[in-house]
Amino acid sequence: MSTIKLTVNGKAVSAEVEDRTLLVHLLRETLNLTGTHVGCDTSQCGTCVVHIDGKAVKSCTVLAGQAAGSNVTTIEGISKGDELHPMQAAFRDNHGLQCGYCTPGMIMSSIDIVNRYGGKLDEETVRHELEGNICRCTGYHNIVKSVLDAAGRMKVAQAAE
Amino acid sequence: MYETTYHRPSSVDEAAALFAKGKEAKYLAGGHTLLPVMKQRLASPSDVIDLGKIKDLVGIEMSGDALTIKAATTYFDILQSADAKKAIPAIVHLTSVLGDPQVRYRGTIGGSIANNDPAADFPAAVLALGATVKTNKRSIAGDGFFKGLFSTALEDGEIITAISFPIPARAGYSKMRHPASRFALTGVFVVKTKAGDVRVAATGASQNGVMRVPAVEAALKANWSAGALDNVTISTDGLLADIHGSSAYRANLIKVMAQRAVTAAG
Ligand SMILES: Cc1cc2nc3c(=O)[nH]c(=O)nc-3n(C[C@H](O)[C@H](O)[C@H](O)COP(=O)(O)OP(=O)(O)OC[C@H]3O[C@@H](n4cnc5c(N)ncnc54)[C@H](O)[C@@H]3O)c2cc1C
Ligand code: FES
Ligand code: FES
Repeated sequence: MSTIKLTVNGKAVSAEVEDRTLLVHLLRETLNLTGTHVGCDTSQCGTCVVHIDGKAVKSCTVLAGQAAGSNVTTIEGISKGDELHPMQAAFRDNHGLQCGYCTPGMIMSSIDIVNRYGGKLDEETVRHELEGNICRCTGYHNIVKSVLDAAGRMKVAQAAE
Repeated sequence: MYETTYHRPSSVDEAAALFAKGKEAKYLAGGHTLLPVMKQRLASPSDVIDLGKIKDLVGIEMSGDALTIKAATTYFDILQSADAKKAIPAIVHLTSVLGDPQVRYRGTIGGSIANNDPAADFPAAVLALGATVKTNKRSIAGDGFFKGLFSTALEDGEIITAISFPIPARAGYSKMRHPASRFALTGVFVVKTKAGDVRVAATGASQNGVMRVPAVEAALKANWSAGALDNVTISTDGLLADIHGSSAYRANLIKVMAQRAVTAAG
């Protein structure tokens, strides 16, 4: 057992967990943040994506201990109260989800993509960059539309700040 | 995953000492091979020693004729490196088609070559460029580093500290990606050295892991062009055959990927 100290969605957190605990299990089982999902055993599906120090990573493939001392953001941490993050709003408006299982990971990955590319995103880049996220429902088309729409909204939101 | 004890040393010496003390210790870098394998219970190290936070193991340096990438440098950092782009753009291209964005944020060059997966990308770059693998004990020539499937010249507990790539006159990499795993169905790295030598390595193709391809090297040495390979035949001896492709398919891929790599190298 070890005590892991980290920041999750802006709050300092300290948890006593076994060393073999994966970050995703710390989030879901110890901190009850069940928005982050587990969809595979092979690090391939991306439903578990969260940000560690601003980078989109698969939390099923990071030990809780590796994340100690860092700043973790999950799907629960991106809206401002009742106001959805522009990426969440774009997914809703463009029907970017059906069952919603992949959606938290899709949104966390997509925010990272927009952060890296800014206004230079095109459809081909979005499709290439979403390779680490699998969706069994939508056929991706509306997900790609959502990300491109959100890229525009995030630019406007940044300009307003 | 079985129980284990996690350590986060801050120096290479401390890591090596922890390894020596552990019953069945393993180093952890990006964790994007080791953790999936531990989850499948195919590995059950008593101690997991994290190299990822050791400052001396992260960074990219240019010095004279070589580009040196320290072992725990992530793929993402390689993609960001202006030095790497300038010195050996083929390495940056290889990194951009490796895995997916999340894998590239975590995975490291040292983890990739220590693991020596027969379909991994970086072993091809190390072998074709004739890189030197530096460890906490010695320097190992790229030609003698890879020893077949998932095995290398590393001794128990030895830590890769950096990989030093001589800057070539030209280099290119082309890979046929497996559409689900993104590993190489076959990938070929071609190099023309500053001394005029030609070195070519293929990954994903052979039953023994990464290999040189003498037939392609000879043809390109005589004439550095994609067309020079039109009439080259690659032997199917020792090539992989599985549900993804026969050995004849892979032999043809070696040629086609080599042609594309030469075109990319210019
Ligand atoms: C979804 C997915 C897709 C992938 N696609 C590709 C791909 O297309 N191409 C590709 O090449 N790879 C691919 N990979 C593998 C990825 O590149 C791994 O990150 C890499 O193989 C291992 O690097 P790591 O830093 O994660 O190592 P770890 O998993 O931490 O370690 C791997 C092994 O190397 C040892 N090790 C690590 N660092 C050192 C060191 N400095 N000295 C000595 N031993 C060390 C460890 O003990 C362990 O045995 C993929 C992985 C995933 C999960
Ligand atoms: S749960 Fe599938 S990649 Fe993490
Ligand atoms: S919406 Fe169902 S998996 Fe993507």
